[in-house]
Amino acid sequence: MSEQKPREVLLAPIFANNPIALQILGICSALAITTKMSTTVTMCIAVIFVMTFSNFFVSLIRNIIPSNIRIIVQMTIITALVILVDQVLQAFAFQLSRELSVFVGLIITNCIVMGRAEAFAMQNPPLISAVDGFGNALGYSVVLLIVGFCRELFGSGSVFGYQIMPLSTEGGWYVANGLMLLPPSAFFLIAGFIWVLRTFRVEQVETEEFEIGPNTRVSPAF
Amino acid sequence: MKDKNSIANTIKVATGVCLVAAIIVSTAAVTLRPHQEDNRNLFRQLNVLQAAGMYERGMDVAAAFERIERRFIEFETGEYAELDASFDPIRAARDPARSRSLRDDPAGIGRQANYGEVFLARDEDGNLTRVIFPVHGYGLWSTMYGFIALEPDLNTISGISFFEHGETPGLGGEIENPSWQNNWIGTRLRNEAGDLVFRVDRGRTPDGVPDADYRIDGLSGATITANGVQAMVRFWFGDQGYEPYKRRLSQQMNNGEVLN
Repeated sequence: MSEQKPREVLLAPIFANNPIALQILGICSALAITTKMSTTVTMCIAVIFVMTFSNFFVSLIRNIIPSNIRIIVQMTIITALVILVDQVLQAFAFQLSRELSVFVGLIITNCIVMGRAEAFAMQNPPLISAVDGFGNALGYSVVLLIVGFCRELFGSGSVFGYQIMPLSTEGGWYVANGLMLLPPSAFFLIAGFIWVLRTFRVEQVETEEFEIGPNTRVSPAF
Repeated sequence: MKDKNSIANTIKVATGVCLVAAIIVSTAAVTLRPHQEDNRNLFRQLNVLQAAGMYERGMDVAAAFERIERRFIEFETGEYAELDASFDPIRAARDPARSRSLRDDPAGIGRQANYGEVFLARDEDGNLTRVIFPVHGYGLWSTMYGFIALEPDLNTISGISFFEHGETPGLGGEIENPSWQNNWIGTRLRNEAGDLVFRVDRGRTPDGVPDADYRIDGLSGATITANGVQAMVRFWFGDQGYEPYKRRLSQQMNNGEVLN
């Protein structure tokens, strides 16, 4: 594998090769925890921590991991890190950890984390692997933050719990968009993000797998 | 370098990774436990305050909780008991020496501790304003833990909160919904004849029914959870639950005795 520049490894996953927008990985948690900025930011920090260190440790022992148990070894490392995060949250950010509930634990099954461990950390030295994990987690975070910002702003009229637009239910003028608080809205927002991204980076647009033929006209059919 | 795919190496790596991971995880769990217990305790106190209608956003929970007195009671006699402050009825229920197996078990809790706890809230003059009872019972697929606060008449519900449950979010999980919990306020447990007629309806309570005071709206799509809630309330305020204590307390109040 050719030499990789840390800058490129760090920045590429943010827009050029975003794990959510281009690879469409890790969508599940992006739907679940983005109703509020506070939970979104906590989730982002947790994922950044887990990915940076899981990539680092997997890469550290990559040369001695037997190939037939490599997935379970990666899983063990990731799981230990996620439990660590979960325990720390329960001790120091109890309210947030309750709101995030199972989704902290579900970082274990986040495809991005395992994907990077398997695809990058198994082939590259520790430091650059850590940078790659950090970069991919940042790419994930960028999407989450945008989605979380839109959902909280339009769903509850606030950002980080500070009321920006006074709600009509509390005597203000803004009628909250209830859809924004439901998971499907995250799909629309992520799709919107992908659309905008691909408008600027045309190379990300996939070629069509097949072309739909013209409708059969009546005359040649008979 | 040796063959990394050899069986010896596989076992070595697997053991090593597991050992390191186990040490990290258990160290974190042990060192952080005191913090987590504090948090859990604070959260329970917050829920007691919430059930009592004394909670406001951003208030100092521990300070507000000082106005609430925690007492232990013996279920069978309804008498107060002096127990260590660390007593936890849920934990005690698992210990055969301190609990009994329930033959008549509508709430689906299996075992009940011999002793329980109640929380007494008072105003500045020391008059009893609320009595808060911990309750728990089985819903659709989890045990629901909560608090029910009663007015000093010991029959009118003044608030409820659930602090732990695993019901389906959006269906049974709506037991956490404040607007549903609001419809508990003012509901009564027993009718004039003293029968425990409290019930959770299926769907909305119809308008104009004579016993509307004893009924609360059900949760659509969560009939089993709602049934569980009803069974839980009936169990805990029945003879096996807090009824002996309530009877004793209201007698005391009627006699104008100073509560202790």
